[in-house]
Amino acid sequence: MAFVQLLISGISLGCIYALIALGFVLIYKATETVNFAQGELMMLGAFGGLVLMMWLGWSFWLAAPVAVACMFLLGIGLERAVIRPILGQPQFTVVMLTIGVGYTARGLISMIPEIGTETNSLAVPYKGEVIDIGGAVISLEQLAIIGMTAVLCGLLYLMFRYSKLGVAMQAASQNQLAAYYMGIPVRRINGLVWGLSAAVAAIAGLLLAPITFVHANMGFIGLKAFPAAVVGGFGSLPGAIVGGLVIGLVEAFAGFYLPEGFKDIAPYVVVLVMLVVKPNGLFGGSMRKKV
Amino acid sequence: MRFIFKTEYGQDIQLVKHSGQAFWYGLLVLVMLAAPWWAGEYFLSQISFVLIYAVAGLGLMVLSGFTGLASIGHGAFLGVGAYVQAVLSAAGWPFPLTMALAAGLSAAVGVIVGLPALRVKGIYLAIATLSFGFIVEEVLARWESVTKGNAGMSVTSPQFFGADLGSSESFYFIALGTTVLVTLAVLNLLRSATGRAFIAIRDSEISAQSMGIHLAGYKTLAFALSAAIVGLAGALYAHKLRFISPDQFGIVQSIDLLLLVVVGGIGSVHGAFLGAIFLITMPQMIAVGKDYLPPAIGQAAGLQAVVYGVVLMAFVLFEPMGLYGRWLKMRTWLQLFPFYRKGMFKRQKSYAKSERLK
Repeated sequence: MAFVQLLISGISLGCIYALIALGFVLIYKATETVNFAQGELMMLGAFGGLVLMMWLGWSFWLAAPVAVACMFLLGIGLERAVIRPILGQPQFTVVMLTIGVGYTARGLISMIPEIGTETNSLAVPYKGEVIDIGGAVISLEQLAIIGMTAVLCGLLYLMFRYSKLGVAMQAASQNQLAAYYMGIPVRRINGLVWGLSAAVAAIAGLLLAPITFVHANMGFIGLKAFPAAVVGGFGSLPGAIVGGLVIGLVEAFAGFYLPEGFKDIAPYVVVLVMLVVKPNGLFGGSMRKKV
Repeated sequence: MRFIFKTEYGQDIQLVKHSGQAFWYGLLVLVMLAAPWWAGEYFLSQISFVLIYAVAGLGLMVLSGFTGLASIGHGAFLGVGAYVQAVLSAAGWPFPLTMALAAGLSAAVGVIVGLPALRVKGIYLAIATLSFGFIVEEVLARWESVTKGNAGMSVTSPQFFGADLGSSESFYFIALGTTVLVTLAVLNLLRSATGRAFIAIRDSEISAQSMGIHLAGYKTLAFALSAAIVGLAGALYAHKLRFISPDQFGIVQSIDLLLLVVVGGIGSVHGAFLGAIFLITMPQMIAVGKDYLPPAIGQAAGLQAVVYGVVLMAFVLFEPMGLYGRWLKMRTWLQLFPFYRKGMFKRQKSYAKSERLK
């Protein structure tokens, strides 16, 4: 039954990667920039939930949506304050900028008295409960991650497929100029996309919190979501989900079957192989730039 | 203001443009040569660190500043250089030989990393180098028979046929010599056909390709040269620290190097030096400034990260040409006084840089 347990833990870890990678891809498609602070946004979301629960004494079910909503607003604010002024500059510039944002977020969080430098546990209602399925012991926290990711993907799919906002976002990501001519407020849409991806990151943080604890450096897991985004193809939303699952499963199985040390670098080996074999990823289109 | 009338081609590419430059750089060399006599023990060691980071910054500058290839894994090359130096010095090899080998092996590793770089660009390349950085760090930690793993290894002082060059003065001169040689090499590279090909690739790959520049070859060469220079810096770094462990060469080091390049001024040789000075003096300035802040902020663990992050953001937003760009503006302001206009260095929007495929 070790196999089933590995499978479940790999999928649940993969779902976290998938959610963070989803944030990368949303932002990349909208503004053609890569947000290196995505992991830190996740960390901020988890800390938001923690602060609301610890200091204000709210229940998890109230604190979690409020934390996600706050992160949505923070994402919009971030786009307005630092990203919009340098749109149109080379990608490298934005990479450096978001690395700066990540540093600042990490530093500010560790300045919070009492909880900033500690590893805190988030008291979710379902913490520590396990289910026994035919001999395999599966924790409810992992099932919550998988279930929530599935629901979120469904909601995002419905939004992009049927809502006016979702269609506008798709149009803006395909061709900003044409979308602008069609009367779509591209700037506002870009802000909303940043908000959306910050909110998704916050959800990932709240889901991950019961497993890894909440601490200032938990955002480094975002670095493992890059391989997920690349494996799926950087410009594809379903690709991000699949890529996340692939990376999660590879990591879980490498940790069990391969010698010690392979667990941490397995995702990076996979992504290097992927870049050599198929640089556009599983779901990425292969087109050449026209002059 | 000085006007140079160019009457022949040689004037375009000569290293020293006019007598003023010859005077000031000559003075700088003299002051640096005399440093052991005017600087104290602590200050001398800080200058050595600045020189080491300047060499590393030059290495990254060749790749990111002049060839336009982003790398978030350069800490790994520093690590390769440092470990080669540590292992060979322990075996008693003379330091010029070990440093050459450190640079050579680092370059070989750079070629290997450059291979995926031939097919990918932009953000994919950044991620490839990031992945590579993690893998090297893990290899250094696990290859215990050579690197002694996470426990780290101590580094002997530089050897030269029986002579032990362990004193801080002699190390300073080794670092200074290396820095001068590397700087001259990079300057020479930039005025040669190879360097111009690098810059052409940075400005537009497609134009460069249509001018007959072999992209794959030049990109690999850029990776190899950059890795070799950073490997040299790593060799010096190992001797300076006297104790190395794999976690010194991880993602944090790579981002520090990027910070150096961006803050100093991307695409300028001066920038590498200014960035190195910034990177070394920043922690000291924070330590001094701490005491004037309220204790809740001043003593917090995250202060340094916040300052780094904010400085990085401020430079990207307001001074994209870095410290060197700021110096250029100040100099122009003084030279043209009172005719300096605000728009002279205005940043152009460059929508053509889009990497989107359609």
